[in-house]
Parts: sequence; structure tokens; C-alpha cells
Amino acid sequence: MSKIIEKEFFSENVARFEIDAPEIAKSRKAGHFVIIRIDEKGERIPLTIAGSNPEKGTITLIVQKVGVSSAKLLALNEGDDILDVVGPLGKATHIDKVGTVLAAGGGVGIAPLLPIVRAFKEAGNRVITVLAARNKDLIILEEQMRKYSDEVIVMTDDGSSGRKGLVTHGMEEVIGREDVNLSVAIGPAVMMKYAALTTKKYNIETLASLNTIMVDGTGMCGACRVTVGGKTKFVCVDGPEFDAHQVDFDEMLLRLNAYKQEEVDAYERFLK
Amino acid sequence: MDKETIKAERTQEWRLDLRKQIKAKERTAGIRAKMTERDPNVRNKNSDEVNMGLARELAVAEAQRCLDCANPTCINGCPVGINIPKFIKKIEVEDFLGAAKVLKETNTLPAVCGRVCPQEKQCEAQCFYTLSLKKDPVAIGFLERFAADFEQNSGEMSIPEVAEPNGLKIATIGSGPAGLAFAADMVRFGYDVTVFEALHEIGGVLKYGIPEFRLPNTVVDVEIDNLRKMGVKFVKNFIVGRTASFDDLRKDGYQGFFVASGAGLPNFMDIPGENSIGIFSSNEYLTRVNLMNAAKEDYDTPVFSGKSVAVIGGGNTAMDAVRTAKRLGAEHARIIYRRSLTEMPARVEEVKHAQEEGIEFLNLNNPLEYFADKDGRVKSMKLQKMELGEPDSSGRRRPVPIEGSEYELETDTVVVSVGVSPNPLIPQSLKDLEVTRWGTIVVDKESMQSSIEDIFAGGDIVRGGATVILAMGDGRTAAAGMHEYVQNKNK
Repeated sequence: MSKIIEKEFFSENVARFEIDAPEIAKSRKAGHFVIIRIDEKGERIPLTIAGSNPEKGTITLIVQKVGVSSAKLLALNEGDDILDVVGPLGKATHIDKVGTVLAAGGGVGIAPLLPIVRAFKEAGNRVITVLAARNKDLIILEEQMRKYSDEVIVMTDDGSSGRKGLVTHGMEEVIGREDVNLSVAIGPAVMMKYAALTTKKYNIETLASLNTIMVDGTGMCGACRVTVGGKTKFVCVDGPEFDAHQVDFDEMLLRLNAYKQEEVDAYERFLK
Repeated sequence: MDKETIKAERTQEWRLDLRKQIKAKERTAGIRAKMTERDPNVRNKNSDEVNMGLARELAVAEAQRCLDCANPTCINGCPVGINIPKFIKKIEVEDFLGAAKVLKETNTLPAVCGRVCPQEKQCEAQCFYTLSLKKDPVAIGFLERFAADFEQNSGEMSIPEVAEPNGLKIATIGSGPAGLAFAADMVRFGYDVTVFEALHEIGGVLKYGIPEFRLPNTVVDVEIDNLRKMGVKFVKNFIVGRTASFDDLRKDGYQGFFVASGAGLPNFMDIPGENSIGIFSSNEYLTRVNLMNAAKEDYDTPVFSGKSVAVIGGGNTAMDAVRTAKRLGAEHARIIYRRSLTEMPARVEEVKHAQEEGIEFLNLNNPLEYFADKDGRVKSMKLQKMELGEPDSSGRRRPVPIEGSEYELETDTVVVSVGVSPNPLIPQSLKDLEVTRWGTIVVDKESMQSSIEDIFAGGDIVRGGATVILAMGDGRTAAAGMHEYVQNKNK
């Protein structure tokens, strides 16, 4: 069991949790994720680690309400327990000094992007970060991002913060004015798809961190399979990061909706 | 157990007397007991256990069939070396708790093995009745289950004796059959044993893989609880190599590691359309139902209860998956297998049970492609008919495609059950570990020691996909090997 040490709402549907998990806090690296199960009847869901405090023995998870499990999690408070937390899972991001890194985060995907931005910055890269969301409330961690980025560009669909426009507009602007050696995109699948199409035009190597459906998270079930470069890969053990130009995002978008009807039904039952 | 001990025990007075009580001729005249089974048309709609066990009188009568041979060849057929005649004779004298105690001398999980072991290929294949009399063998498996169940239901579980604690820490990685068998022997030798499990339940494949109707979870839990009482510690949600490294654990005082992480990486066939929605690995399908309770309304994990389910493969796991699909309400639950019934690797009993439950067998059929609707959901598959050619390296006749025989079959759910590969997590975290090109860990067969001296391995991570009992045999071999290694190191 892991205790919730701190909880903070970023907006109505997005919250930050600091969770007691001393071993994971020590061993996790940028790019890793955990699998959690909230209670006896809960499902196993993957969440990318947004940060950790090894001294305090905690990890940070940022969660957006999308279905029953995330709604249950958001309803928990400081002092409550999460039944199962296991990790760190997945391959850590390969951090190197490459020159200029263009980081693009969409919505709650900004959270897992933070440790990667930080690691690239600390490895001596110039890091430019584009944060994008529907509106001001959904732009999270802007302060922390500024701390580890040479520049932060904020894009919102409605123009309520930063500039009005999509993540790709911000990316194009940077690519248009300077050389970019590597791009990292994390966010909703559709956002990563268009980020990848954008950088592909300019032949810029791009990593995407995929957030597929998982059950065990250790390679056992294959629920998370995606097609990368024409081959089937498991996000949990081969990823979660892949060469974004090779990922079949259209297939991934379909597979993310595998349980759409079940999810709607379950959410209705949950509200009752 | 060595031959001398087995011989000496056979000449104990009670065994001598017992053999004299009934003439061999009368013993061999008996007919093999039949297992009581639930009605196929009732059981295929619920998760109740199919086999109901032997009644007391039947068990005793069956035990009387055993001739208590001077050369008990049956023991050679048992991967964990159970003293088979001894436990059977205990049943004959109606000392059922005594029989269970004999089982637990060498077998950590008798109630499990009595249910899922392929006895017809092991002990029962080596029985004197099979080898020399050409008659049905003594029902060793049924009797094992009888004794183990009797003990579980008696509430008087015997806890095997353990040696004085020696204070030496040993880690077991994975809580499936190999890990549990290893842990039991090591704790008996006096070690301080901790079993680390990645999932949230102890038992590995016994929990996530084998369905309730074949192996109830409560049966597994009683056996695990027994290990706990022997002093084995269990840590869930812990991935050695990830949550903590091998070096971290060495610093914590662990002197040896047994890697029994299983064959947790499902194989797919790599044919077009295989990533369509509604196509699962058997691991995923069974894990959702068995471990996550997805079929129960009040659990959050969803599962497809397809109307027309196709399970690809002919092994025990394929049978488990297709029978699960039937129980979830499939109108058509089909096995698609590229060879014929004769070559099928599943146990004869499982195939028979599946047939009784209304499973359709499309043997000599092989999938070539899947077709999906606009939402990406599988709606049909293209199958090709096969015929049998010459035997291949496995000795089974090779399936050969029949040109022009392709046809389309509607299906809304597909479960791919064509084998598993070793889980890559451990090899990924140990650079110096020698692995084969299939990813299995290379070990010395005598001791199960890997290329890293304090790491031993066994079960599917070494074999690449085998049975519960072979994994348990590896666990026992590794325990003997590690005991010697650790004792030498601490001399």
C-alpha cells in the first residue's frame, strides 16, 4: 500500500499526487512509468512518473479525470492509500548532449515531459519547450518548465494563455528560426501524431512517449501493442518512447478506443 | 529422495502387512476410478470446478489397485520425485492426513499438481499397469488431489518441518510454481527466504493463467498460506532489477537469487490485421478474467464477451481460453488449430472437457489475415485449410497448406494462444547474464546456476514454455544447487 502524502488540484479535473514509494523514488529515471491499482476492484492503469523526491521517498503523479479509475483516484485525499503501486517500468529516456531539443507537451502530457526536459537541460542541451492545451486551466507546470527550459512557448486553442493556436504552430515557429537536433512530444495520441508529421517535414529526429491501454505493464499481456516501423512492439517493455516518425498513430488511436462503450457504461454506473 | 530410503520404507512392517492383505490378482482385477465431473451444460455457464474429486470409498478402492511394486517406476516419471507408493498406501490404510504429509515431503503444491499435472505423460505413463499389464494405470493424480484436498478441508494442515534458521538471506523472483517450490525447499534448509512478485497477487500463472474452473484460487491460497507458515516471506508489487537492483539487494545481504520470472511475453503470428481491436493474447484474455475479475460486474477491468470467439492454438492455454469464452456467453467458441486432434499438445482430458462443453474444433485450419470494421474492430478472419505431411523435428506431422482452400469466417473476438517467449525484464536489467537467442537464461542443468554465480534460474524463463510441474522440478533442483553454492561460499 502507498499513502498519498500530498494532493493539489491544478484544475477541476487535473490533480498532482505525491505518493509514498521510497524504492521507486530512488530507482526511477526520466521516461519511466508506474502501474497503479486503487482498490481491490480497481483496474491496473499506467501513469508516467512526473518527478520524485528520493530523500522524502515520494514520487509525483499527475492525473486527469478521463474515466472511472482516474475519477476514483481524484476522489482520494491526503492520507488515503493506493492499494498497489509498482515500478518503475518501461525504458528510461536516452539522455545525451545533442544540441538543441524541442520539447512539446500537450495537456496532461506536460507532466511526464517535465523530467525529460529537466534531464536534457542538465545534460547541457539548449531546450525550448512548447506547452499546449485547450485553455489556460489545462496548461500545467509552466513555472517548473521555465526553470529547466531556455524558452517556453505557450499555445492555447482559445488564446486564454500564451498564443492562440496549436502545438504544431509553436513548433513550426522554433524550427523556422533555428536548428533543432531532437524533438520530444508527449500528449494525447492525436497531438503526437501531428507533432510527428511536423518534424518529419524537416527531418528532425522525434521521440513520442505512448500512453496505450495496459494490464500488467511487464510484457505479459500485449494489450499495449503498437505498430512501429511496420513491426508490432509492446509499449510496456519496448517503450514507452519510440521514434515518432515510425509509429502508426492511426492504429493506436483506434486501439485506445477499444473499450469506449464499456468505459461510458462503467462511468455511468460509477456516478450512480 | 534416494532409492535406499524408498526401499527401506517399503519394507516397514505396515507396508509388508498391507501387501499381504489383498492378493495381487485381486488388486489388478479392479477398475480404474472415474472422476466425478459437473454436467457439461451447466458448468459451461459458470466458473465452478469441473472435476469434483474422488469420494473416500473410491479413493481407498483405487489405492488398493496399487501393487506397491518393488521397483516403483512411477517415481521416475515424477519431476519432483514424490514417493508415490508410500502416499497411496497411506490412503489404502485410510491415513489420509499421513498421505498428504508424504506428498509434502517433496511437493509444495500437491492440491495444485493433483489438478493440473499431465500425469498421463509422467507418473501414470511409468506405472506398472501401463508398462507391463497394458491396463489403465493407477489414478495417481486423482489420489494426489484426494489426499491434498482431504487435508485442506480437515483444517489440520501439517506444516513441514524446517531446519534451524541459518540467517542467510535468499531472494526468489516470481511467485509461480518454480519460485514457490524453490522457496519451500530453501526455507526447509533453514534460509531466510523472500519471494518478490511483480503483480498484486501471489501465485503467478496459477492465478493469472489457469482458470477457476480448473484450479480454484482458494486451493492455491491455502498452499501459499502453508509456505507462509513455514517462514517464507512474500513481497508483492516488487520488480527485482527495477524497483531495486540486484546490487541493492546484495547490499541488503541477499546471498543468492533464483530467477523464476516466467514466460511472460506472448507470441503473435505477425499476420495482417492482428492488431485489430478484439484480438488478444491468451495471457491478456485470461489475466483480465482470472486476475482482474473482469467478468464480474462490480470490478472495473473490462473484457469482451464475444458472441463468436476464435482461439488460435491447440495447447492447454488455448483450451483454458476457449472454455472461458464459452462461460462468458459465446454462442460459437472455436479452436482454430493447424494440425489434427492427434497432434494437439493439450491434455486429452482438457480436450475431452472442451468437446463436452460445446467447443467447436476447426482443426487443420490456419489463420492468414484478419479484417476489421471502420472502428478497427475485428469482424472476420481468412482461414486456410491444411493437410498433414511428413513428420517435422518435433516428431509431429507437419501441417501443409492446401492451395485455394482459403475462406472467410465471421468472428468478433480472437484469442491468440500460440506460445510465449521469455519475459525480457530480468535479462534487460543484467548486462552480464548469458541468454540464448530466444532470450531464455542459460543455466547449468545440474544446479540451475546461471553465468552470474549468485543467480540461479528455472521454470519458463529457462525452458521457454513448459508445465507447472516441470517448473517445480526446476525449483527443487535449483534449491539443491543454491544450498551447495551458499554453503561453500560461507565456509
